[in-house]
Amino acid sequence: MTVITDALCPFCGCLCDDISVVVEDNKIVDVKNACKIGASKIRGHHRIKSPMIRDDKNSDFKEVSYDEAIDKAAQILAGSKRALLYGWASALCEAHKKGILLAEELGAVIDNTATVCHAPSALAIHEKGVPTATLGQIKNRADVVIFWGCNPVHSHPRHMGRYSVFPRGFFSGKGRRGRKIIVVDVRKTNTAGIADEYVEIQQGSDYLIISALRAILSGHEDVVPESVGGVARKDLLRIAAILKEAKFGTLFFGMGLTQSKSRYKNIDNAISLVTELNSFNKFIMMPMRGHYNVTGFGQVCTWETGFATAVDFSSGAPYYNPGETAANDLLYRKEVDAAMIIAGDAGAHFPANSVRELAKIPVVQVDPYWNPTTEVANVVIPSAISGVELEGTAYRMDGVSLRMRKMIEPEHLADEEILDRLIARVREIRGE
Amino acid sequence: MELLIKNAAVYDPVNGIKGDRTDVSIKDGKIVDKVSSGCTGIDAGGRLVMAGGVDAHSHIAGSKVNVGRLMRPEDSRAGIKPRTKTTRPCTGYTVPNVYAMGYRYANMGYTTVFEAAQAIMKARHTHEELEEIPIIDKGALTLFGSNWPTMDFVRENDMDKLAAYVSWGLLASRGFGIKVVNPGGGEMWGFGKNVTGLDDVVPEFEVTPSQIITSLMKVNEMLGLPHSVHLHCNNLGKPGNYTTTLESMKLAKQVKAGKDRQVMHVTHLTFNAWGGTNWGDFESRADEIAKYLNNNDNVTTDMGQLIFGNATTMTADGPVQYANAKLLHAKWGNGDVELEDSSGVVPITYVKQISIHAIMWAIGLELALLTDDPYKVLLTTDHPNGGPFVNYPEVIALLMSNRKRQEEIATLHKAVHSQTKIPGIDRELDFNDIAIMTRAGTSKVLGLLEHGKGHLGIGADADISIYDIKPDEIDPSAEHSKIKSAFSSAAYTIKGGEIVARDGEITATPAGRTFWVDAKVPQSHTDEMMKDIRAKFKNYYSINLANYMVQDAYVTHQNVIKAGVGTAASEVD
Ligand code: SF4
Ligand SMILES: [Zn+2]
Repeated sequence: MTVITDALCPFCGCLCDDISVVVEDNKIVDVKNACKIGASKIRGHHRIKSPMIRDDKNSDFKEVSYDEAIDKAAQILAGSKRALLYGWASALCEAHKKGILLAEELGAVIDNTATVCHAPSALAIHEKGVPTATLGQIKNRADVVIFWGCNPVHSHPRHMGRYSVFPRGFFSGKGRRGRKIIVVDVRKTNTAGIADEYVEIQQGSDYLIISALRAILSGHEDVVPESVGGVARKDLLRIAAILKEAKFGTLFFGMGLTQSKSRYKNIDNAISLVTELNSFNKFIMMPMRGHYNVTGFGQVCTWETGFATAVDFSSGAPYYNPGETAANDLLYRKEVDAAMIIAGDAGAHFPANSVRELAKIPVVQVDPYWNPTTEVANVVIPSAISGVELEGTAYRMDGVSLRMRKMIEPEHLADEEILDRLIARVREIRGE
Repeated sequence: MELLIKNAAVYDPVNGIKGDRTDVSIKDGKIVDKVSSGCTGIDAGGRLVMAGGVDAHSHIAGSKVNVGRLMRPEDSRAGIKPRTKTTRPCTGYTVPNVYAMGYRYANMGYTTVFEAAQAIMKARHTHEELEEIPIIDKGALTLFGSNWPTMDFVRENDMDKLAAYVSWGLLASRGFGIKVVNPGGGEMWGFGKNVTGLDDVVPEFEVTPSQIITSLMKVNEMLGLPHSVHLHCNNLGKPGNYTTTLESMKLAKQVKAGKDRQVMHVTHLTFNAWGGTNWGDFESRADEIAKYLNNNDNVTTDMGQLIFGNATTMTADGPVQYANAKLLHAKWGNGDVELEDSSGVVPITYVKQISIHAIMWAIGLELALLTDDPYKVLLTTDHPNGGPFVNYPEVIALLMSNRKRQEEIATLHKAVHSQTKIPGIDRELDFNDIAIMTRAGTSKVLGLLEHGKGHLGIGADADISIYDIKPDEIDPSAEHSKIKSAFSSAAYTIKGGEIVARDGEITATPAGRTFWVDAKVPQSHTDEMMKDIRAKFKNYYSINLANYMVQDAYVTHQNVIKAGVGTAASEVD
C-alpha cells in the first residue's frame, strides 16, 4: 500500500493540489480531500478497454491492436483535406504541444472545448484586456466576491472553501464573516443560497445590468430606470455601493454570462466594469474554467501559435478567426472531412447539427472513456488518464501552472505517445 | 566537430581585439587555439565578426508575455510566416510566438537572452516557454522585491534567512538572479495602492523600498551570485522620477561587490530618467544619470530604447500599468501573484509627433552617448516595452551615426529640441563600443564572461556572429542604412559551433540551454527559513509547498552555475 500526497485532481478548473490517494495493487482504494466528483473521477469509470475500429458507423466495433487503430486513424487524417482536431480539455499540456504539431503537419484546424464555454471571454479579452490575479490574492484579500452566471457549489465544489468564500488569509482573518458574497443569476442556484446578496435577473439581461452598474458608478444613476432586467433600481444602487466600497473585489463569471444572449459583449462590458472599479479600490475578475486543463490548452496554443484556440493551419501559418475557424463554424458549413476528438466530448456538448455532421464523416476518438462521441467514431483509441496514470502539466483557472502527479501505472497509451505515433505515421503516408 | 572562420575582422573587447584580421577556430562547440588543417571553413573575407549577442533584459517568456499575446491577436497577425522544412510557423511583432523569439534573435546574431522577470509561483510557465524557444541559450531573473518572506526577513534584519530564501527561491524558480521591481509597490498594488518613494513604509510589513533594495544587494553579494541585483526603480512612469532613480543608485554605495562587476543594475532608463513635474514640462534627465554613472563604478544600466510604432508594455510594476491603461484608454491586463508581486500588460503605439514619445526616444540615446564607458549602458529596448528586440539594428545605427540621428530628429515633435540634449550630441560609437553594449558588457553585467559568453577567448562558447560589413571600408556615419541591414540579418550565426542562421534564413534549430544559479547556504539557515516558508504555505498560499518548485522536467537542457555563501563560483553542466 502506498499513499500519494499533494496530488492534483484532474477534474475541474480548481485543480486542487492537496489530494491524498491510497494505492494498492495499482488500484486507487481511497481518495482523501477531494470533493465527490473529483474523487469519482480519480477512481475512474466506464473505461474503453481496447482500441476499436469500424467502417460503418451503424455496425459494431471490432477490437484491434494499438498499431492497427493508429494506422487507421493516420490513414483517415492523412487522407483528409480539412481535418478538425478538437477537444484537449482533459489532456496535459505535453499532449497539447503534440496536437498543435499534428495540426501543422496536416494543415488542419485545431480547436478546444473553450468553444462551447469561455471562448467568448477570449474575444472580450482581445477587446479590453484582462484584469485578474491568482486565487491566493482572493483568499488573502477579497472582501467582496461576485459569482455571475456560475454555480460553484455544483461545478467547482471546493472553490468556495479553498479560494473564494470561506478561507481565512493574511488580510482576511475573518474568513466568511469578512466577505460579502453576491450571486447574480437567472434562477436561485445552490450558490445563491449561501449569498449575502442574491440578484435575480431576467434571462439575457446581463449586459443591461452591467451597464446600469457602470452608469451608477460613474455618477449617472439618474439615467437608470426604476427596473433593469428585472432588478429594481434601489437594489442596483445597493449593489453598486457594495462594489464601490470593496477593498478587494472579485468577479467570478461562468457560462451564464459567456453563453447567454450578447455572449462576448457581456464579458467585454464586465471587463470595463471591473477596470472602472479600480479607480475606487482593487477589483479583479476570473472566468470559472470548467475542465481542469482547458486553461492549459489556451496557454500552450497561445505561446506556440499566437492564438488561444480555433487555429487553422491550412495555409501553413496559423490563422485565427472565430466565427469562421471554430469547430462548430466548420461543421455548420460542412467543411470538415475528418475529425479527431481527443480528451473532450463533442458528441455530448455540440449542437445537434454539428453532431449530425460528425456522424457523416470519419471520426477518430482518443479518450479514456466511453462517451457520446464514441457513438459517432470510426476509430477509438483508448488513452491513459492524465493526472491519474500520467504526470504532466496543467493550468489552474487562474493561469497557475502545476505538475500533476502519477498515482498508478497506466494500462493504456498516453495521449502524447498516441500523438507521436500518429505524427510519424502521417509523415510516412504523406511521403515526407 | 571542427570549424574555422578565416579572414575575420574580429571585435572582441574582452580580449582587446579591435578589428584585427584573424582566424577563429572552433571545436566541439568551444573556441579553441587551432583546428586540424582540413576542417570545414568559412571565409569571412574581412567581414565583421563578434561573439554571439547577449541580451541581459528582454521579456521573452512567461505569464505576462502570454497575456500580451492573448490580449493582442492583432499583434500575432502582424508577423505571420508559414512553417518551412526547418522552422515552425512564426507569429507576432511585439509579442512573437516562442519559435519566432528564437529564430529572430538568431537571425540578428544573438545567441543568449535573459527573460527579465518571473514570479516564483509562475516560474514553471516561464520555463515551459523557454524550453520551446529554439536555438538561443537563456535564463530568467526571479522577482524578490515584494515577496512577503523578503519583506519579513528585511524587517527582522535577518540577512542569513534572506540569503537562504533567495537561494531557495532561485532553486524553486530555476532563476538566474535577483530582480526587484518597484520594491514594496508590488505588495501594495494588491489593494490598488503604491509606494511613492524609497522611504515609504509598506503597510503590515513595515519595511521601505530602500531597505528592501539594500538588503537584497547585501544578500546578493553574500551569495556571490554571478549577476547583481537587477532593479526596476520605484516611481517609474512618473515625471520627475530621475531623482528616485539617482537615490536608488546611491544605495549601491552601501554594499561592496563580491565580484568584478556592479552591485546594482538599473534597468530601462528610458522609463526612469524623467524630469519635469507633469506631462507639460516633461523633460529628459538622462544627462544627470550619465553624470552619476561617469563618477561611480558600482552601478550599470540599460537603455530600454524607445522605438516608434507598436509596443506592448509588460512589467511586474502593476500600478504603473493601470495608470498607463487609464491614460491611454488602452486594454489593460493585470496579473497579481499571491505573496509575490503584481504585473500588468498594456499595448501602446509610440508616435513621432507626440512630445512625450519624442523625448523618451531621446533618453535612451542620450544615456548611451553621454556615459563615457559603454560597459555601463547596455543596449536594450526592454523588449517589448520600448519596442520589439528586432529593432536592435536600428538602435545600433542610431548610436553609430549622428547623421541618422539628425535625420530622425527632423521628423520628431519639436519638444525633442527643448526638452532633451540629443540634437547637440555628436558622439558616434564604433564597432568596439557596440560589441561591448551587446556582448562583452551584457555578459560582464550578467556575470557570464567566465562562463563562456560575450567574448571569443579560448574556451568560450562558440557563439559567433558574422555580419556583412567590412569595418575598414564602411563609414557607419554615412552608411547607416547598411549598418542597420547588416545587423538585422547576420551573414552567419553560429551557436555552440553549429551554423544556425545564414543571411536571414534559419538553417538549424538546436535546443538552447537554460542557465540558473544554485547558491548554497548553510543548511541550518535553510532549516530556519523553511519554518517561515511552511507557515506561509499553510496559511496563505493557494497551493501546497510540495507543488511549488519547478521540477527538472521543465529545464531539460540546464546549465547550473554554482554559487553560495563561501563558495567559489564554478560551473557544471
Ligand atoms: S473542486 Fe474540482 S479540482 Fe477540487 S477536488 Fe473537486 S473536482 Fe477536483
Ligand atoms: Zn523589463
